[in-house]
Amino acid sequence: METSTILNYLLFVPLAGALLLMVFPSANKNAIRYFGLFTSLVTFIISLLVYYSFDSGVYGFDKFQFEFKYSWISDLSISYYVGVDGLSLILVLLTTFLTPLTLLSTWNSIQIKVKEFTFFMLVLEMGMIGVFISLDLFLFYVFWEAMLIPMYFIIGIWGGERRIYASVKFFIYTMFGSLLMLVAIIWLAVYASSSTGYFTTNLLELYKVSPALGLDIQTYLFFAFALSFAIKVPLFPLHTWLPDAHVEAPTAGSVILAGVLLKMGTYGLVRFCLPLFPQASVEYAGWISLLAVIGVIYGALVAMVQKDMKKLVAYSSVSHLGFVVLGIFAFTPEGMQGAIIQMINHGLSTGALFLLVGFIYERTHTRQIADYGGIAAVVPVYSAVMLIVALSSIGLPGLNGFIGEFLILIGAFKSPVLSNWMYAIVAASGVIFAAVYLLWMYQRIFFGPVKKLELRGLTDMNGKELFIMVTLIIFIVWIGVYPTTFLQMTDKYSSALVNSILSVNGIIIR
Amino acid sequence: MIPIEHYLFLSSFMFVTGVVGVITRRNAIVVFMSIELMLNSANLVFVTFSSYLGNVTGQLVVFFVMAVAAAEAAVGLAIIIAIFRNKLTVNLDEINILKW
Amino acid sequence: MIDLIYLTVLLPLIGFAINGLLGPKIKNEKVIGVIGSGAVGISFLISLGIFFELLGKPAAERHFIVNLFQWIKVDYLNIPIGYQVDPLSILMALVVTGVGFVIHVYSIGYMHGDKGFWRFFAYLNLFIFAMMNLILADNFVLLFLGWEGVGLCSYLLIGFWYDRKFENSTTADAAKKAFVVNRIGDFGFLIGMFIIYLTFNSLRFEEVFAQVKLGGIPESTFNMIALFLFIGATGKSAQIPLYVWLPDAMAGPTPVSALIHAATMVTAGVYMVARTSVIYASAPTIMMVVAVVGLLTAIFAASIGLVQNDIKKVLAYSTVSQLGYMFLAMGVGAFTAGIFHVMTHAFFKALLFLAAGSVIHGMHEEQNIQKYGGLKKYMPVTYLTFLTGAIAISGIPPFSGFFSKDEILWYSYANAGFAFWLVGAITAMLTAFYMFRLYSLTFEGEGRFDHHHVHPHESPKVMTVPLIVLAILSVIGGFIGIPEIFSGSGGNQIKNWLDPVFKPANSLLAKHGAHSHFEEILLMAVSVAAAAGAIYFARFVYLKRKDIAESASLKFPGLYRLLFNKYLIDEAYDKAIISPIVKVSDGFLWKFTDVKIIDGLVNKTASLIESFASQIRKMQTGVAQFYAVIMVLGIVIAFFWIMASL
Repeated sequence: METSTILNYLLFVPLAGALLLMVFPSANKNAIRYFGLFTSLVTFIISLLVYYSFDSGVYGFDKFQFEFKYSWISDLSISYYVGVDGLSLILVLLTTFLTPLTLLSTWNSIQIKVKEFTFFMLVLEMGMIGVFISLDLFLFYVFWEAMLIPMYFIIGIWGGERRIYASVKFFIYTMFGSLLMLVAIIWLAVYASSSTGYFTTNLLELYKVSPALGLDIQTYLFFAFALSFAIKVPLFPLHTWLPDAHVEAPTAGSVILAGVLLKMGTYGLVRFCLPLFPQASVEYAGWISLLAVIGVIYGALVAMVQKDMKKLVAYSSVSHLGFVVLGIFAFTPEGMQGAIIQMINHGLSTGALFLLVGFIYERTHTRQIADYGGIAAVVPVYSAVMLIVALSSIGLPGLNGFIGEFLILIGAFKSPVLSNWMYAIVAASGVIFAAVYLLWMYQRIFFGPVKKLELRGLTDMNGKELFIMVTLIIFIVWIGVYPTTFLQMTDKYSSALVNSILSVNGIIIR
Repeated sequence: MIPIEHYLFLSSFMFVTGVVGVITRRNAIVVFMSIELMLNSANLVFVTFSSYLGNVTGQLVVFFVMAVAAAEAAVGLAIIIAIFRNKLTVNLDEINILKW
Repeated sequence: MIDLIYLTVLLPLIGFAINGLLGPKIKNEKVIGVIGSGAVGISFLISLGIFFELLGKPAAERHFIVNLFQWIKVDYLNIPIGYQVDPLSILMALVVTGVGFVIHVYSIGYMHGDKGFWRFFAYLNLFIFAMMNLILADNFVLLFLGWEGVGLCSYLLIGFWYDRKFENSTTADAAKKAFVVNRIGDFGFLIGMFIIYLTFNSLRFEEVFAQVKLGGIPESTFNMIALFLFIGATGKSAQIPLYVWLPDAMAGPTPVSALIHAATMVTAGVYMVARTSVIYASAPTIMMVVAVVGLLTAIFAASIGLVQNDIKKVLAYSTVSQLGYMFLAMGVGAFTAGIFHVMTHAFFKALLFLAAGSVIHGMHEEQNIQKYGGLKKYMPVTYLTFLTGAIAISGIPPFSGFFSKDEILWYSYANAGFAFWLVGAITAMLTAFYMFRLYSLTFEGEGRFDHHHVHPHESPKVMTVPLIVLAILSVIGGFIGIPEIFSGSGGNQIKNWLDPVFKPANSLLAKHGAHSHFEEILLMAVSVAAAAGAIYFARFVYLKRKDIAESASLKFPGLYRLLFNKYLIDEAYDKAIISPIVKVSDGFLWKFTDVKIIDGLVNKTASLIESFASQIRKMQTGVAQFYAVIMVLGIVIAFFWIMASL
């Protein structure tokens, strides 16, 4: 095993930054902000370094690079074990890319307890990266839970009016699922000791052991894991924490929540549920896809009738993530690739939408769609940017959303597991509703005559905001026009995973 | 030599006195003293067995208990004084703010 | 030269980028206009160059693919950004860039002084970019990119004056309606595309069509593909049942109506069917569906056009009707005639819209034809060009509309039967009637406008010159497609040109019995006579005996109102589909299912646990001695238990 320490820096730079932040005087807000931004930028640069020396030509779903292992609880063979493959890396890059942008966006919006806020953001970043690079289930679980805490505080301290309700709901919902996962992890580790001779939570060893389990046991374990991930995704009908959390969270919280935290659910499904329990995954693919498709339509329809912009975007996430889950459980390379690229797309587009809502909220202090109208003439740049982002979310070809949805749908269509075309056809009708709810919102906010006098005084985007948006839009267009850059990172991984699962189940594809 | 039963009987008597004191008395100071009584009854058993078995471990433990009791007395009295300052009473029936 | 095809796509994109990003800074309308028009003009010149290069090659070799880069690749799904140059695509490219260029120039005059001038040109260029992708794409996905892209531009341009009212709602409503209805069609297109991929493992035209020719695939598969693709076409090309967006699309500026909603974008569906003609030829049932839908749309829209009073509305329904013609052509296997009609229609319908724009411009934004009249003396160029267009669309020889329409009617008779011809001919008659109703009410008779406030005037040169160019094209455009009975065998130029593209489809279609030349000439004469009669009748009714029109509408009030209210289709859609969806989403899905059931269950669980806890917490009395008693009791019980068990 080739060891590399670079991933440790990825984890410890944000942590060290957070700890160093403690010595800053609270009054010096700008110094704190600059330092937080600096730390997250350094983390981003490190992740870029990882990307540049990453070899995307490795075939396999259990082949990791930049591995680092250090025994932690030696009696239980639990170790600090990290490594990346294409799937982790692309999500790590998303995390390290979004965090500095988010911090930059809070420059004006967060004025109280800046130090604490920046601290929590950096700790959160570490937690998220940790989730994506852990190769030991125990370590993964620690990060998975640890990351809840800063998010809980970010919603609970800097949130809106019902922030306490929302943060507690978020916490307990997620916790509830995680506990079952912990039980399943321990069960697996104990089971592993029967074949390896020792208790282990090492993912790579469990990959070899677990698929040999019988279908009934796999089913229990699969659902214990899947429940935890489905809550995080969130899969219909476990989604009701999301609108509350999004509406009450500060903009930065919403961006990270939508951009990265939700991806942990889908990441978990791909990384753990599928390869650990291949038979159960295929057995229940139909049911999970059904929930995903319901989520696609249901999320879109409910988003359509929302009156609060943030809630609308939150429900649209339910719809988009439904696509991702459908892609995962199609068990085709197209679907898998589409799902992975759609995770990134959703992070960029929905993150951008939340930021945009946040920008205007800072100016008017309202998120009710009915309070706006006709502001296209007042804030032309803002409305142009919003249109591009909305279109990317709608899935207009040439922008990122299309690539993901197209691949997912094509994957669902040719899926050897989902026997029925109806999944894909019904999901495809989601593209109609996406256009309806986003364009309707857009129209009500921007078009028509200027509705209120005070809206005439709105100022257009400032340089900082424009910079954030342009950065995001560059990637939105990049993925739309030349997705190869991103697709090739996980190309081999996806085919390897799908082929291995199908061959375990004895399904032969053309 | 005094038979061991005497010691144990005395110790039991002290302990029961302590328990009854803790349960029945209303004055916090008296309850506190009753607790000390219970501790000392335990100390007595330790010393007794230590002496009968020729093993010093029991006496060692007694020193620990005495140290802990001293610390406890300091903290406990401090708490009682603090409560008295707030409520102007040390009647335990009136000190029930730690309920649901 | 052929390698430069990507420039015809790229230049409009560059124009869009320059005007879109720097437009507000440039401010100078001339510069913006020249950049916008220039980008399209150069594209046109390049297309022209490529056209002549193709012309110089033997017919069988007129097919090239220019691959730029790999777009989407997963597993064996491999979709490049690649452009295909063949007779069909280059013909369409010429029409789009040519007519597009003329309309760009016209817009410089029409949009003069508008605060969104730069935005307008940016959107127009973006539209040309998307349209060129649609036409030149060498695979379904890139075609779909153009397909959605033109839809987006249509959305942006319909809602261009986003703060204005339009009829009972706003321009933004019309724009959204267009986009959403188009999306419904796109949904069908997507599904069709997926079935193609599933069947042929490829989405590139060349590979798919090659496999179609090999055969071995059941007809039911072809039926499904063709049907779903056709749903896409009905959305984009405004056919029943998805035509409702096009009349509302008139909320946009008039050059937009001319370019997007008459000449180019709406014919995308026809182009797509022509491009996939091999698939359609393998699905005869769906060919019939296409023909019937086209025919019904044609007569249905024409009947609505008879009574509308908004000049642009009449033209809009006329466009729907003419698109129906094109689908009729596709459905009866007259692919060449359909594409020919796309081309001539682009000329005369763009002309009619631009002339209408010139009228609206000169009449201070008035669009009601009942408030026009006698305008020919105020705006002579507009009058003459409009008349040319009206004659062309009515199918009077030797104007261009005659040749293409007659070709379609002839093939409907020959391939589908007399009924198809009859309905088509009646539609042609109705067309002639409403066009000349429009013409008479606008340009002839007495002025019915307020002479004190409205002073009609001719438009500036920058607007009239494009009108003249299009008028000339409307007159001579038909000569490339003179029927073979007049020009002799092989004399139909456009047929020769497009033949290589449609050869595979034509060879699959069943051959019908030969018809005599006499029949062809007879039918032609009948339809021309009918159109001429309709023209005469329209002029008679609306100039001399206006009472006839009024008494007719009074005599059949129900019919009149039904036509005037467009068969109440919009209202029916709203009642039957849109408002139920909104109501169910709001009342049932959100406020009931989401809030009450799902979230209610979650909160109920929490509150159950809470109420249970609130009962048992009473045990904590707060009296320390009570705890001590419990403890002692516990010890005593434990003691006795141990004793008992000894």
